[in-house]
Order: sequence, then C-alpha cells, then structure tokens
Amino acid sequence: MGQREDEFLEYVQSGGQIEVDDWMPGEYRARLRKFIEMHGNSELMGVLPEREWILRAPTLQRKLALTAKVQDEVGHAQLIYRVVEDLGKPREQCLDDLISGKSKFHNVFHYPTKTWGDVGVIAWLVDAAAIISQKALLKCSYAPYARIMKKICWEESFHILHGRDVVLTLMLGTEDQRELVQEALNRWWGPLMQFHGNPIPPEDDSMFVWRIKSQGNDAARQQFLDGYVPQIWELGLTVPDPELRKDEETGRWHYTEPDWDELMHVVTGHGPKTADRLDLRRAARENSAWVRSVLLAA
Amino acid sequence: MIYEVFRQERKGQAFQHAGSIEAPDEQFAEWYAREQYGRRGESTALWIAPREALHPIEDFVDELNRNYHRVDGYPLKEKLKEARERASRAAAGDR
Amino acid sequence: MSERAELLLGIADDELVLGWRDSEWTGIAPFLEEDVAFSSIAQNEIGHARALYELAAQELGTTADELAFDRQPEEYRCCRLVELRLPDWEHTIARHWLYEEADAARLERLKASDDPEVAGLAEKIDREEVYHRMHAQMWFDRLKDEPRFVAAVDELRPLIDVRDGHSPELTELWEQMTEVRRSQPAGTTW
Repeated sequence: MGQREDEFLEYVQSGGQIEVDDWMPGEYRARLRKFIEMHGNSELMGVLPEREWILRAPTLQRKLALTAKVQDEVGHAQLIYRVVEDLGKPREQCLDDLISGKSKFHNVFHYPTKTWGDVGVIAWLVDAAAIISQKALLKCSYAPYARIMKKICWEESFHILHGRDVVLTLMLGTEDQRELVQEALNRWWGPLMQFHGNPIPPEDDSMFVWRIKSQGNDAARQQFLDGYVPQIWELGLTVPDPELRKDEETGRWHYTEPDWDELMHVVTGHGPKTADRLDLRRAARENSAWVRSVLLAA
Repeated sequence: MIYEVFRQERKGQAFQHAGSIEAPDEQFAEWYAREQYGRRGESTALWIAPREALHPIEDFVDELNRNYHRVDGYPLKEKLKEARERASRAAAGDR
Repeated sequence: MSERAELLLGIADDELVLGWRDSEWTGIAPFLEEDVAFSSIAQNEIGHARALYELAAQELGTTADELAFDRQPEEYRCCRLVELRLPDWEHTIARHWLYEEADAARLERLKASDDPEVAGLAEKIDREEVYHRMHAQMWFDRLKDEPRFVAAVDELRPLIDVRDGHSPELTELWEQMTEVRRSQPAGTTW
C-alpha cells in the first residue's frame, strides 16, 4: 500500500468517515460497492418469501403490518441502491447482475416459507439478526451508507415487534398454532446460525479492517444468541441444537458449528428457492419494462 | 432524474438531508419523497430539489489563518491560569 | 340487514378486495419508488375497509375481521372491477383510475348523508382518497397515449357497476385470503 492508502486506513480505523466525492483507495471502493450492492439485493430478494403471505394474512391488522413490512424492505432496497449508484454502478445494472446470478444475496432469502409460523419467525428472528448486522454499519466509514442505516434500523425495529407479536399470539393459541412456531424455528435455526457468516477473526475481515462494519462475524452471532435465545426459551420453545448453552464464566455461547458448506452452496445460487425467486424477479421486471421506458421518454 | 430530499422532523427544527430518490419528473418525485420519507408521519415537511440544482461549496480559503473570528483565536485558558496565579501571589505579598 | 349495513358492506367489500388485489404489487411493482407508493395506497384501501366494517359490525354484533374473512364468497358485495386479478400495470392503473373516479362520486354522496357517523367516516376516507386520485391522474396523464392502456380502460370501464354475481377470480382470492384463518377453528386468535 502506498502512503495515501496508509493514511486512509489510519483515518478510517480511528473513526473517520468519508463522503461520496472524497478520495478512496480503489480496493476500498470496490469492496464497499460490492458489500452495499449485496445488501441492496438482499432487501429486494427478502421481499419475496414474505410477499407470498401478504395475500394469506389472517386478520386485517396482520395484513396491514405485513404489507407495510414488505413495503419497508422495498424502500430499503431503494435507499441502498441509490448509495451504490453514487459509487458508480447504476441500479439497472445491479438488477441485471442480480437476475443473472452474477451478484449475491443473503442466505436466508433462498429458503421457502411454508406456514404462517415462518412469517412470525422471520419477522422476529431473521430481522433481529439483520438489525444486529445493520447496527454494526451505523458507524460505517462511508458516511452516506451510515446515514441511511439510521432509517433502516428504525424501520426494522417495527418488524421485530410485529414478528414477536405474531409469535406470541400463536404461542398463546391452539396446540397447532404453537406447533407452527416450533416447526418454523426448527427450519430457520440453521440458516439463522449461518446468517452472520463464518467466524473469521475481525483483523482478517476486510469489511472490518476498512471499518465498513464495526463488528466481526462471531461477535455479531454471540450478540444475537445473547439477546434472543433467552427470549425464545421463555416462550417454551426448543432451539434445535443440543449443544447450545451459555458458558456463564466466559459469557460466550457454545453451539454446534453451523454448516458452512451449506452457506457457501446456498449463497452461490443453489438454495432451495434461488431459481424460483430469481425467475419471479426476472418476469416482474420484463413484464413492466415498457412502463419504465414510457416514463423515461416523457 | 435524481432528487435530493431534505426532511424536517418537527416544526421549527432545521431541515436535514434525508437521502435521494429517482423519479421521472418533479410530480413523481413529490409522490415518492412523500412515501419514502413521510409515510410513518416521521416528517412534518420535506424539501425536494433536483440534484443538479444544488451547488455544493466546499472550499473555505484561509491561507493566513484569520483566527480572530474563531474560538481558537482566543486561547484564554492559559492566560486565565496565569492571571489567577498572579492574583494569588499578589494577595500573598500583601499580607 | 338494515339498508345502512348493506350500504357500508358494499363499499367496505370494494375497498377490501381492491386493497387485497393492489397489495399483489407490493414487492414487484415497475420500479422501487412506485412499489413503496402503490403499497401505501393498498394499505389505505384496506384501512378504509376496516373502518367501514367496524361501523357495520357495531350494528350487526360482529367484528371487522369476521366481516372481512368469515363470510362465503357469494356474500361479498363488491363490484366485478375490483375482483379481477390483473397482473399487468396497464390494467392495474386503468382500474385504479376508473375506481377512484367512481369512488369520488360515491364519497360525495356519503359525505352528504344524514347519518353523522357515515358522513364523518366518509370525510376521513376522502381526505386520503384525494391523494389516490392525484396518483391515479398522474399515471393516467403519462399513459393516456399508450394503446395498451387505452384498451385496458375500455375493457374495464363496463365492470364498475356490475354487482350481480361474481367472477371465479373472487373465489380464488377468497380461498387465499382465508387459507390461514380457515386452518383453525372459528374464533382462533391470530
């Protein structure tokens, strides 16, 4: 690295933030853009598993809350792609790369949603895991990204409330309803444990080194377990991991090592619902291409 | 077209930059800004402006360090300390 | 059932079913900004339906949710226009524009009602519908020279006043809408 790169690194590592027009090392720009683009893709693809339940929501209040949650996620994709665009990659190109499978999106959005129980567990626990990752971006060295994260985290907090309310209501309901939650938890636990990524030490994680995020993968997972496992247990639910326990001395959670091969397989485009969801995105985009061209021509 | 959006959280507060949106024209921009930055009632007012209409100014030249109109032009702490010491010495000498 | 309850249910069913249909665009609208905007419109329509059902429910001794979900498809009073599944934007905007126009006239009549509760609710609803009308008109102005849009408006216009019987699409929608709810005994909390 040259002197200018060294100074930049030192600047961001001491908490400095930069703006869109400031100089940044080529490697920083490339990694930052890729990371933010994947975040945008994840918001956009994260819409699809829950969207399937908008038409099936069982009360008017749930219908409104779920529609609003999915709407928020589209809004987040909009905010995030704008940041990517200002870093030099147009939104249309991001969408092309997403649909062609060239760029990635988060593991949890490659799985099917099978019951209304999934809707509750996703909104509660997947969003809880996501908010931990996103809070680690509030101090991002790239200031425009850090700024939109405030709005995103604020909106995500409603989603967790909605999810927890759905889960609590089911747990207070019939035997079948409680079963829906337990089954959904069993399905989602594996992907949730993979959510924050493999445990590379922060000093080897370029996202941390450049202070794009302020926390390493393992710390994020520990924070998730610490915050949410007690909340899961107190409802009488069983976490499907016989190894899961907190070491009271070290304060660390022990768990069965997540399946990192599965994570890699899924995020490289081989998840159970990857192809279907990309097909849906592609079809929706082609179906309305004429609308965009009419508006742009005006 | 890209429109920059500024939002006011409560009446009387300053407008702050909220983010930006893409819209084919001003009418759509107004709609999309309203939805993206106000649908939860989190803003009392929005300003939208085409990005091109904003003229950023970032050069504030001060080659000769004109510090007399800034706080750092008046380092009172040291002088105050010295003055207090002097006063207490003087008081001791009087006795 | 009283004339008042019938009136309220008719409008509520229109708003509910249209809101449900419009919500099919949440997540897949032509572009992201429009997705956010159109989803709010869908949510508003469902909010209006809920308020209207609540007013009817007081009289009928039931709840808004029971009225929205626990009737048979043939009991709904919505017009043919709102039932249709319209998975393309030209038909969706054509319906939006046609509906808003007809709804505006209906709200004017309701606002003049002798019943203060009905008139008051119509006032509230209309204050939101003003924005829906602006949105519909904004799109109409942009698409009015597009042959596919003109054709969609012509095709859908006759369906606004059709209220005798329903299309099979309403039954399909009803089956989806009530799928989760029907999976447990009546009265289960969700």
